[in-house]
Amino acid sequence: MLNIKELTIEKAGEMMKKGELTSVDLVSACLKNIEEKNKELNVFLEVFNDAIEQSKKADEMIKNGKGTELTGIPIAIKDNILITGYVVSSGSKILENYVASYDAFVIKKLKEAGAVLIGRTNMDEFAMGSSTENSAYGPVKNPIDPSRVPGGSSGGSAAAVASGMALGALGSDTGGSIRQPASFCGLVGMKPTYGVVSRSGLTAMSSSLDQIGPFAKTSRDAKIIFDCIVRYDEMDSTSVDFSLSGVGHPIVGCPTPDKKVVGVPRDFLKDGVDIEVLKSFEESLEKLKNKGYEIKDVVMPLLEYSLPVYYIIMPAEVSTNLSRLDGVRYGLRKEGDNIFDSYKKSKSIGFGSETKRRIILGTYVLSHGYYDAYYNKAWKVRRAIIKEYEDIFKEVDFVMTPTAPTAAFKFGEKKNPLQMYLEDIFTVSANIAGIPAISIPSSLSSIGLPIGVQFVGPAFSDESLFAIEKDLGDNK
Amino acid sequence: MEIKDIEKLAELAKIELSNDEKEGLLKDLDGILSYVKQIESVEVDDILPEYNLRNVWREDEIKNSVFSRDLIINQFPDSQDGFLKVKKIL
Repeated sequence: MLNIKELTIEKAGEMMKKGELTSVDLVSACLKNIEEKNKELNVFLEVFNDAIEQSKKADEMIKNGKGTELTGIPIAIKDNILITGYVVSSGSKILENYVASYDAFVIKKLKEAGAVLIGRTNMDEFAMGSSTENSAYGPVKNPIDPSRVPGGSSGGSAAAVASGMALGALGSDTGGSIRQPASFCGLVGMKPTYGVVSRSGLTAMSSSLDQIGPFAKTSRDAKIIFDCIVRYDEMDSTSVDFSLSGVGHPIVGCPTPDKKVVGVPRDFLKDGVDIEVLKSFEESLEKLKNKGYEIKDVVMPLLEYSLPVYYIIMPAEVSTNLSRLDGVRYGLRKEGDNIFDSYKKSKSIGFGSETKRRIILGTYVLSHGYYDAYYNKAWKVRRAIIKEYEDIFKEVDFVMTPTAPTAAFKFGEKKNPLQMYLEDIFTVSANIAGIPAISIPSSLSSIGLPIGVQFVGPAFSDESLFAIEKDLGDNK
Repeated sequence: MEIKDIEKLAELAKIELSNDEKEGLLKDLDGILSYVKQIESVEVDDILPEYNLRNVWREDEIKNSVFSRDLIINQFPDSQDGFLKVKKIL
């Protein structure tokens, strides 16, 4: 019997190539796990009924010698990434019946590679949240301890891989929405450099921060998915054209230094971090030291302003992006007395409370009289944070912090929005600066909950982030 | 901030809010705004990013769309003869 929970993409790919395993068997095993556990865990909002058909085609591809590393591999897709002909609801009631009319760029790439798209995964509404408790379809439960959250917003994608329902997954990361759930579910999760993965076909939340990225059990697996989706795309005007940009290509790779230097912003770790998370972090530092890494304390005084900057820029962009959801051209429409009344009623019924909160907050920071104090100032600080990172990367190769201040917390534990927002304290600066970051499992807590460690690298150093895990030893 | 400020923002954003929602938002926004206000104290120059920014243009050519007309029309909440139907606006 196949143990999907232990099987990597790399291993499954080798087995299929050798003829020891078929994609049909692999996908069937995942579907069986879904059937057994999805009711309890609420991971998938929809399992695609053509998954077996896709896997048959993949088996043909392999037989004809046209297989890639992803051919026949079941991949779960976050519910904000468009797949032609399938509902894509972004975890919201307002898009409950919305069917995608085209494939996201990343979906095109996965289809070309022969990956099997197994289903769409539950998430916080419009990717706003750190626990999936904001999903209009009920929260996802953490497969490691169902009384706890899987993290968010891509909690369904993380839980799918952690529970053996898929071998890899795509999520989106605006402030930590891939890395934090990866940390909570014991997986590798990676946010690429802004612009290296096309956002075409990703439901926009905060356009200057959003990036699509992979979830997998190992860095090697995450890299296989990343390599497949990282390409220039003319449909995304922020996509980096490497032939023009003059910067290093994240697949071709940036030069890996002989001796790697890791920067640790100690001042930033003083408050609010769980003691077990800190212990795990120190152990990881020791492991890297033993592998010849140089560990250097760095002072980054602006880092702590990343989160307040985020909670100005992000809601501003959210309020703009989501204004299209007015019930006119698609999505839920509730008729009112006149067209404006219809807008108001549609949004009132269609949006959940966190979405409304961020729209109102964004409307406020963009409104006359407050724009300069909030939005403009936030952009100035954002640029200063980018500069601070650029300067620090002249001294170190990576900046290392815990991924999240705690391990997975219990449902309902975060009592107010601000407490939930603080979950992103370590992850958000990579989005603010547009640079790549990875969460790697570091150890288990005393009660068996996964803890993750985060590495942030300079722009276009994506490749080198996947190489760190081997130096952290076996953490499972 | 007062309830009437929340009401004004809701009007701008074209969202209908219940009284409970307004009161909840008033409380939440007070907390969130006092948190984000800390950026006021950061002293920054008018730093320009060191990005290699450029405009992204394309030729204005008609290309075959991958979008299916039927899929798009099917998304209309209300339609008639292939047209989107909305309430009278004038």
